[in-house]
Amino acid sequence: MATLKLEIVTPEAKTYSEDVDMVTIPGVDGEMGVFPMHIPLVSQVVAGEVAVRKNGQDFFLAIGDGFVEITASRVAILTDMAIKADDIDEVKAEEARKRAEERLSEKISDEEAAMVSAALAHSLAQLGVKRRHRG
Amino acid sequence: MPSTRDIRRRIKSVKNTAQITKAMQMVAASKMRRAQQAALAGRPYTELMNHVLLQVTGRVGDFKHPLMESHSTGKRAVIVISSDKGLAGALNSNLLREAGRLDKATVFITAGRKASQFAARTKRNLAAEFTYKDSPTFAEARAISKFAQELFLKGEVDGVDILYTRYFSTLVQKPELRPLLPLTDLKPLTVNNQAVPTEPRDMGTESEFKFEPDVATVLGGLLPHYVNFMVFQILLEAKASEQSARMVAMKNATDNAKQLIKDLTLEYNKLRQANITKELLEITSAAMAMS
Repeated sequence: MATLKLEIVTPEAKTYSEDVDMVTIPGVDGEMGVFPMHIPLVSQVVAGEVAVRKNGQDFFLAIGDGFVEITASRVAILTDMAIKADDIDEVKAEEARKRAEERLSEKISDEEAAMVSAALAHSLAQLGVKRRHRG
Repeated sequence: MPSTRDIRRRIKSVKNTAQITKAMQMVAASKMRRAQQAALAGRPYTELMNHVLLQVTGRVGDFKHPLMESHSTGKRAVIVISSDKGLAGALNSNLLREAGRLDKATVFITAGRKASQFAARTKRNLAAEFTYKDSPTFAEARAISKFAQELFLKGEVDGVDILYTRYFSTLVQKPELRPLLPLTDLKPLTVNNQAVPTEPRDMGTESEFKFEPDVATVLGGLLPHYVNFMVFQILLEAKASEQSARMVAMKNATDNAKQLIKDLTLEYNKLRQANITKELLEITSAAMAMS
């Protein structure tokens, strides 16, 4: 059976690089499920959850904003954050969310506001992944 | 012939110098490790983005993003990335020799004090000076990149190049001039002189990429981000080169100082012995004369 090569790369590291059966990506217009032999596509992705299916098992990752390039045999996600579900520290993410929300309610420059909302999106994505898969 | 006191004084001063260069070597070594890691960690991201763009920009049909258009003013801009401080061997002189070869009309954008001083000294057309810290941040890179993009979009220059010291290894760094804008003929990035493999099966029959939501939105986001990130990665590379060059230069300086101390000590001991022998001779000959 055909597989997809999924690559998730952040500025700090290559987080994920494996052959998988299917991947679900949070696109700007909603979730996209990608199977092998997909038509070539380039899209923006928003912070959220990436679901990976491999050998009948599902894995989850939290990712930040970025881009995705899809070809028949490959999915490449470029993002500013990628954390595997098991590595997410819920307490830390929650703290980060609170800090970012507080900061956003203050008066800050556009530049800083953009950075803080990116940080907020990161923590929300992490919390979302963690909460959905608890228990 | 220098006296023993002169030699002693020289040994002391060389020892002091050796201590300083040794300390700088240690500092550079620890900074080097961090800078090298940062530069290497950023490479996969840059490579993948370059790969995506290479595939995409060739197949977007008629769509032209402002960053892909070419102008014709006959002028180019160059971003020169140097270090702030010297004592890094031939790093900056190699880099600025390349800068000196550029056309007289070139607009200079500098990052790092050495490059600014060079532009001022050679009376170049300096558009802006930027600074960056020991561990470059994305915000610093974005400021530089934004300025260059605006200059280009206003149509004041045909294109923007970036001149920096490419990091190959601790011992090898080479100055490199890389075109940054316009984003028309992208070159694949090379790592250790090996082109990043492009997958031929992707290039086959599939003629065009689909874009979601549409090509303007995706490229509108992707292209400026690519330029920003490219500048960031180049800052990291330049920093890694600088720290490596400084570490090696300081190690050489320390080794040379140690050798010099050894030679001087030998000379000092020879002279001291000669003096003692001379004194003994004087005493014995005086005693013989007396008896």
